[in-house]
Amino acid sequence: MTDMIRIHDLTREYQMGEERILALQGVTLDIRRNEYVAIMGPSGSGKSTMMNLLGCLDTPTSGEYWLNGQEVSRLSDDELARVRNQEIGFVFQTFNLLPRATALHNVELPLVYAGLRARERRDRAAQALARVGLEHRMDHRPNELSGGQRQRVAIARALVNDPSILLADEPTGNLDSVTSEEIMRVFADLHAAGQTVIMVTHESDIAAQAERVVVLRDGRVESDRLTRGAAA
Amino acid sequence: MAFRTIRTQKLKSFFSLIGVLIGVTFLIAVVSIVQGMNRYMVDRFANALIGANTFELRQRPSIMTGEVSDSVWLAWRRRPRISYADADYVRSRIATPATFAKFCEDRVSVHYEGKVAKDIDLVGTEANYFGIRNYEITAGRAFTAQEVQTAQPVLVVGWELAEKLLPNIDAVGKTVQIGGLPYRIIGVVAKQGTLFGLSMDKFAVMPFSAPGRRLICPINILDALIVRTADPTDMERAMGEAEAIMRSRRELKPWQENNFAFQTAEGALGTWEKISRILFLALPGLVAISLVVGGIVIMNIMLMAVSERTHEIGIRKALGARRQDILAQFVVESATLSGAGALLGIGFGLALAFVVKALTPLPAAVAPWSVVVGMVLGIGVGVAAGVYPASRASRLDPIVALRAE
Repeated sequence: MTDMIRIHDLTREYQMGEERILALQGVTLDIRRNEYVAIMGPSGSGKSTMMNLLGCLDTPTSGEYWLNGQEVSRLSDDELARVRNQEIGFVFQTFNLLPRATALHNVELPLVYAGLRARERRDRAAQALARVGLEHRMDHRPNELSGGQRQRVAIARALVNDPSILLADEPTGNLDSVTSEEIMRVFADLHAAGQTVIMVTHESDIAAQAERVVVLRDGRVESDRLTRGAAA
Repeated sequence: MAFRTIRTQKLKSFFSLIGVLIGVTFLIAVVSIVQGMNRYMVDRFANALIGANTFELRQRPSIMTGEVSDSVWLAWRRRPRISYADADYVRSRIATPATFAKFCEDRVSVHYEGKVAKDIDLVGTEANYFGIRNYEITAGRAFTAQEVQTAQPVLVVGWELAEKLLPNIDAVGKTVQIGGLPYRIIGVVAKQGTLFGLSMDKFAVMPFSAPGRRLICPINILDALIVRTADPTDMERAMGEAEAIMRSRRELKPWQENNFAFQTAEGALGTWEKISRILFLALPGLVAISLVVGGIVIMNIMLMAVSERTHEIGIRKALGARRQDILAQFVVESATLSGAGALLGIGFGLALAFVVKALTPLPAAVAPWSVVVGMVLGIGVGVAAGVYPASRASRLDPIVALRAE
């Protein structure tokens, strides 16, 4: 299988006043197409930095990051914006939906920045919402939806541009256990349908549902193993 | 999207619009009122008092524009007056086709069967006068050149004089007394309306040669020779000719000033033109001040909006919004905001102009260009005021912005 992501000796430093913080100290990692990877680690392990770099929200201090055959570690802001738009679908812990916009409009948003016409945007957003089982909630605003429904809207938004990777940051962190399971099933289904999924979490039972778990500690990869589910 | 944001924050949006709103209101209202005044002055004032393409040869200007010092006034009064002979001399020598009428006037009282109409403007003139003034005769007829030549005591009266002195009866054929002499009314002139609230219908016109002409002018002396031409070019030419003819007749040396004057409709508008020019000069300043204030208010509102919506900007950036997308979003929002202000301002301005129209005799002439300028200025202010907040928004780091609540 081809590598979707190739990361080689990636580092990220932050300047905090006088102090230099080494958030990532040389991470090397390959992720193949249609893998389901969980990135775990305690707080301060470099999880969030990793997530920001993977999501092209940030650029590394040194090292290489190849995404889908393109080196994205040296791109300009606008080029990164294009990569985020085309290649990455974000799912956040706090959903990050626009509160004043309907579910449909929220899902349409990435297509707006992709430059699609209104008609096609509508059709594709409606399809994406149908994929997560929310075709009857298209005209509701986020505050009219339950937590699980909001996260489904967010997943639909992440999927609408047909991204290379689905990048989820603690997607069940704000949900109760029943709803969490429901959302995890959505991820499992998407993975089964061929979607590459990367999930950042600190909950081991959530991570256990992925087929591969990468554990970070102090800005380095501590362990990288397949789960029992994947082996079976 | 911009409209939605504005709708959800009505009150704040309204206050942020006030500056632009006032500026544009001002622009529209002042331009409309000044233009209305202008039209009123030209149509009613100048053309009613003197007439289009018409000038009067006089001893001194009849309509004072601006201040006239005592010494100038005295000099004017010492000039020789216009005589019948002057008028005939000029008339016979002007080559440009024109219509002429000798003219004299004064205030008199008109009596009929024990009733008196005071302060009537009695005009002594020739038959051409009715054509020069565009008087429409609604009853009876105007007097003829023969009647002027034979000095008939006939009168053509204004509408109001006929109404007041001879109510509910046919004025034509009745005989009234002026200065103890009888005059037969032969015609009534159509209603002329008012000028600055004063009636333009309290007059009577008789042949300048009629008995009792001493009431209005000394014998052989005129207030003016009225000259009407076909168009403005002819008028200029005829006026030039008249000046040369009068100067040679009065044997003025090249260094001597004219000892006579020409009165034209344009001349009568001198003061008004000065006033309207000042208004039009002051207007951009006043409008600019309100627009600058309005722009600053909008800029602050937009800066607030950017900081309140940092999280939203983070989301948009994560989803692939480029700098220019965020920039455009906030500039459009700002322009929409102030465009709405301009639209309201245009509405208020027009309303104000129509209120003025309703409460005063002034017409409101809405200048289409002022509406366009108002709209363009409004949107322009919005764009200018939006650029800085928008560029701040567009430069936000998506990670920091996403973390903001």
